[in-house]
Amino acid sequence: MSAPIFALVTIAAGVPERTSLETLTVARRLAAETGGPLEAVLVAAAADARSTAAALAGWGVATAIVIEHDTLTLDHPDGWAAAVAQVIAARGPAAVVGSGTERGNDLLARVAARLSLPMAANVVSVAAGDRYRLVRQRWAGSLLEECWLDAPVRLLTVAPNAVVVGEPDGTAAPAQERLAVTLGPADLAVHVTSREAPERGRISLAEAKVVIGGGRGVGSTEGFGDLEELAGLVGGAVGGSRVVTSAGWRPHADQIGQTGLRIAPDLYIACGISGAIQHIVGCKAAKLILAINTDDEAPIMSVADYAVIGDLHAIVPAISAEIRRRSAGG
Amino acid sequence: MNILVCVKRVPATGGRIVLTADGSAIDVRFLGFTVSPHEECAVEEAVRIVEARGGSSTVLTLGPAVAEEQLRDAMAIGIERAILLETDGRDWDPVATASAIVAAVRAQEAVAAPFDLILFGNESADSGGFQVGIRVAAALGRPIVTGVKALQLGEGRIVARREGAGGGWESFEIPLPAVVSVKEGINLPRYPSIPGRLRAKKKEIERSTPAWQPGGLEKIVLRLPKEEVTAAEVIGRGPDAAAAVVDLLDRIGVLDR
Ligand SMILES: Cc1cc2nc3c(=O)[nH]c(=O)nc-3n(C[C@H](O)[C@H](O)[C@H](O)COP(=O)(O)OP(=O)(O)OC[C@H]3O[C@@H](n4cnc5c(N)ncnc54)[C@H](O)[C@@H]3O)c2cc1C
Ligand SMILES: Nc1ncnc2c1ncn2[C@@H]1O[C@H](COP(=O)(O)O)[C@@H](O)[C@H]1O
Repeated sequence: MSAPIFALVTIAAGVPERTSLETLTVARRLAAETGGPLEAVLVAAAADARSTAAALAGWGVATAIVIEHDTLTLDHPDGWAAAVAQVIAARGPAAVVGSGTERGNDLLARVAARLSLPMAANVVSVAAGDRYRLVRQRWAGSLLEECWLDAPVRLLTVAPNAVVVGEPDGTAAPAQERLAVTLGPADLAVHVTSREAPERGRISLAEAKVVIGGGRGVGSTEGFGDLEELAGLVGGAVGGSRVVTSAGWRPHADQIGQTGLRIAPDLYIACGISGAIQHIVGCKAAKLILAINTDDEAPIMSVADYAVIGDLHAIVPAISAEIRRRSAGG
Repeated sequence: MNILVCVKRVPATGGRIVLTADGSAIDVRFLGFTVSPHEECAVEEAVRIVEARGGSSTVLTLGPAVAEEQLRDAMAIGIERAILLETDGRDWDPVATASAIVAAVRAQEAVAAPFDLILFGNESADSGGFQVGIRVAAALGRPIVTGVKALQLGEGRIVARREGAGGGWESFEIPLPAVVSVKEGINLPRYPSIPGRLRAKKKEIERSTPAWQPGGLEKIVLRLPKEEVTAAEVIGRGPDAAAAVVDLLDRIGVLDR
């Protein structure tokens, strides 16, 4: 029988994370192509993993591997890498597919470094063979690269939001296998030593239905007052381009783009933003984009659905005034 | 504290990417060059730590001779020394890149004080492999924390803080020597001063030419993703467009709340 294909599946609150379903989708296709069984390595505390292997019914998983260790938790990045490396040694997979999330890339890169294997991050499609032919994302998805991955065990992560996940089908829940791993003090040395809970309160940019983005055209910290006012009226949140965070007009936490946040609101209003690719990768998941810009040839015009041409400092307050007028009028 | 920062020269692509006719590379004829914002922040962090604690800072890149520009940019804001691992312009994959960096670190540490801290960007701007720092740390047997947005220095230890997977923050206390990969937001990099630029121009750069090696990942061709290119519908000009915008907001239901 052909060697298995591993999917690294992260379990959160009893179910596989959404990105892990994308991982399973790619790994399952690969297993069908190579004829190997699909095996899920559960990345979760052993107690959670044991009780949730059944949640993998419908994804074509033959075996769910539960890693057993007394002190290993998700707070040990090297511990997990060592554990996954041992499971690879024990079962000899042809490929290991992980998630291209921050944690997923970190984990598989640590595995790769331990095993002296290459690794491809943020893959969107795979063709098996002696060498695997991959398509992977560069520039946060603004550019695609076709490449060869040539290794005895192929390690790759799946780019988030790039693969269509189907519905679970009638395949049975996987058989569960427990695999005890041996970790030394060095494997457990790097670990989370303290934690702070998320702040509550204002509407987070990542969750807001409407996001008002400001760019260089906003001109200053004070210039964002007009955007804040409009955001208040529509229950939205304010973000910005790298130019405004680099200038110190807004904190970096408000930056949208390749090295900031990825947002997916119902509406993104881009004010005084030119539309550089590194900004667009952060906002292109918005359902609708409205651009407000003095330049009707700015690159943002080829990704926006609607545009208003002119000075944002005249237009944005006029929009706020119009909303007020209509709500006063009844 | 002796600190090493690793940066990668990349084209400063703007509104859209244009590829060469054979799809082997980005057409850079009309582009400037830069490093990832994460790496700019790594450079700034090194300068700040040395300003606060003393010691020395070094910047390293593996790239073509012209990558000297990015080394001088780093020296212009206060990095003292620079190392160029010169390539012939071919792509080096992450395995090969990491092994060249490890060899350079070992060569430096054989003749001078070891690096207490090696800083990387969380991922390179262009290829985004998410791994060179991790590979270097593993080869050197040093701890690494990735995605770091705050660093606190103690005696022989550091505390590295990053965003938690489910929000909030998590911190790792690790002993030095250590490796950290940082993300933009850890600091706000300064702009280089004119005297800083002039000083950087005159500085020596230590050069060597490591031999290219295959690493298991090999580029075949580049292509642009198929994306809808829309032409935005202009719904108005100037403040008179407010009514049309509010109609739009109304239509998509954002005024209901
Ligand atoms: C590796 C890398 C990563 C990056 N990551 C990010 C990122 O995460 N996020 C990000 O945003 N950028 C990022 N950038 C930077 C990006 O390339 C652009 O430089 C940046 O997005 C430009 O910001 P901007 O649109 O605000 O400014 P500009 O490009 O200067 O555009 C300003 C726009 O405002 C318009 N304007 C001016 N005045 C007015 C007015 N009064 N009213 C209306 N319109 C007006 C102008 O017509 C213009 O279109 C990154 C760059 C690199 C190389
Ligand atoms: N050619 C290079 N020269 C120096 N440092 C590099 C090079 N390539 C990558 N790095 C460093 O490694 C980090 C991660 O790169 P990557 O694994 O390609 O995402 C980058 O942010 C840089 O700090």
